[in-house]
Amino acid sequence: MLSLEHIRWSLPGAGDILNDISLRFAPGRMTVVTGPNGGGKTSLAKVIAGVEQATGGRIVLNGEDLTNASVTERARRGIAYAFQQPVRFKGITVRDMLELAAGGQLNEAALCALLGKVGLCANEYIDRDIDASLSGGEAKRIEIASVLARNAEVSIFDEPEAGIDLWSFTRLVDTFEDLRRTGHGTLIVISHQERILSIADDIVVIADGRVRDHGPRVKILPTLLAGEMAGRCPLGKEDAKV
Amino acid sequence: MNRITDELLRIVSGFQGAFSGAYNIREDGQCAGRRSTEHVQIDSLPDKPGLRITVKPGTKGETVYIPACVTHSDVNDIVYNDFFIGEGADVTIVAGCGVHADGEEEARHNGIHRFFLAKGARVLYKEKHIGTGKGAGARRIDPVTQITMEDDAYFEMDTVQLSGVDDTTRTTSAVLGARARLVVRERLMTNGAETAMTDFDVALDGEDAGADLVSRSVARGHSRQTFRSCIRGKTRCTGHSECDAILADEGCVIATPALEASHVDASLIHEAAIGKIAGEQLLKLCTLGLTEEEAERKIIEGFLR
Repeated sequence: MLSLEHIRWSLPGAGDILNDISLRFAPGRMTVVTGPNGGGKTSLAKVIAGVEQATGGRIVLNGEDLTNASVTERARRGIAYAFQQPVRFKGITVRDMLELAAGGQLNEAALCALLGKVGLCANEYIDRDIDASLSGGEAKRIEIASVLARNAEVSIFDEPEAGIDLWSFTRLVDTFEDLRRTGHGTLIVISHQERILSIADDIVVIADGRVRDHGPRVKILPTLLAGEMAGRCPLGKEDAKV
Repeated sequence: MNRITDELLRIVSGFQGAFSGAYNIREDGQCAGRRSTEHVQIDSLPDKPGLRITVKPGTKGETVYIPACVTHSDVNDIVYNDFFIGEGADVTIVAGCGVHADGEEEARHNGIHRFFLAKGARVLYKEKHIGTGKGAGARRIDPVTQITMEDDAYFEMDTVQLSGVDDTTRTTSAVLGARARLVVRERLMTNGAETAMTDFDVALDGEDAGADLVSRSVARGHSRQTFRSCIRGKTRCTGHSECDAILADEGCVIATPALEASHVDASLIHEAAIGKIAGEQLLKLCTLGLTEEEAERKIIEGFLR
């Protein structure tokens, strides 16, 4: 169980980016975090992964306080994070990256299976550098595959749909469904996509750095969709400013 | 052949007690072993220290080893090796160099290699340099590579220097005939107070000739590197050079690329990037469980591979 207790994160001059966030992410469940741009979703993911350090509150994984743990320590304790903007490397191949993520050598079948989950053919990619020769969508899918390779207790995907073509996106949704169905750790997916929202167990709505709503999909999603169809901000952002 | 030579050969040319194919081992300015084959003839030059290596036309798949070692201080070895690659031949040439300084005086090797590629000849040239030994004397390696390529020839140079050489000047020049192609991959790492100078000069004289020069380097400690390149396009041709450098500690890299186009269809490009390891690269590898030190090592290892 991953628990966030009264998490705050602020930047000098920018005030609170995250304000008193308290959430619990249960094992075997998929939670989609959604909300308007600039609302704090990516910041929340980074704070959980340790890429940014919370300025207040506690992060607890299975009873262990990780609030002050480094990125490396959190990774070793089971938190994996797929960046929204994939990082490029000259001289690090797709195989290197996936083996680093997996913590050891992978045979061709394993590489094939991992890349297949994001719609890539291993034969075409394993020896390629993760550099500017890859398109944004290709790099993004490899970024996602690197998190799948970790087989982590908590996997966080930051807007996995961004930059990915429709066919690959469909494959990706299937992969998330498989992970969810097999009770594969805790999945936290930041997304605006209805197709991803519609396979979530739980939905968290964040706006202006606060949790606006959260609960089971069956409760939250109809409200979101109804608001959208009525032409209102489905996330209640206007309400938050009242 | 002494123990130090044995070890240096292992590092620079993968020596495992014997070479298969043609070879010449140079140890402290002397020949420590030589063999010619049916297709590759190795002879001493009559007028100066060095070799004439002749690869017969049509030779395919042979590897020629021409390593050189300096095994103690107070040696200043200069050698002139001329390679004549026959028409249509396709060979690999391994010409690593190791210098070992165990005293106060300098240990230096200066290999001047000239390549003459006939029409359609292909060469993969592998050159690895290393300095070893705990002596205070400087370890210097100053390779000079001059390449003359006839029409449709192909020359690929894979050159690596990763540690222990206090001072190096690496000079490479090439003249390319029609449709000839030159590919250079340089990887260089300096540390401490080491200095390194790379100087490429490529003349694309023949129509549709092409050159691709890529230098990747890491400057650590207080080391200093200078990269110069000039690609000259005199006809319809393509040229690309790229200098990527990672700085660590107080390292310094100066890159001075030049392109000289004197024909409207000469297409020449240069790219250069110098900077520290990007923070996001370190972060990404840390999210996989690597420490910052492990991540840095992995990034540099990949970058210089």
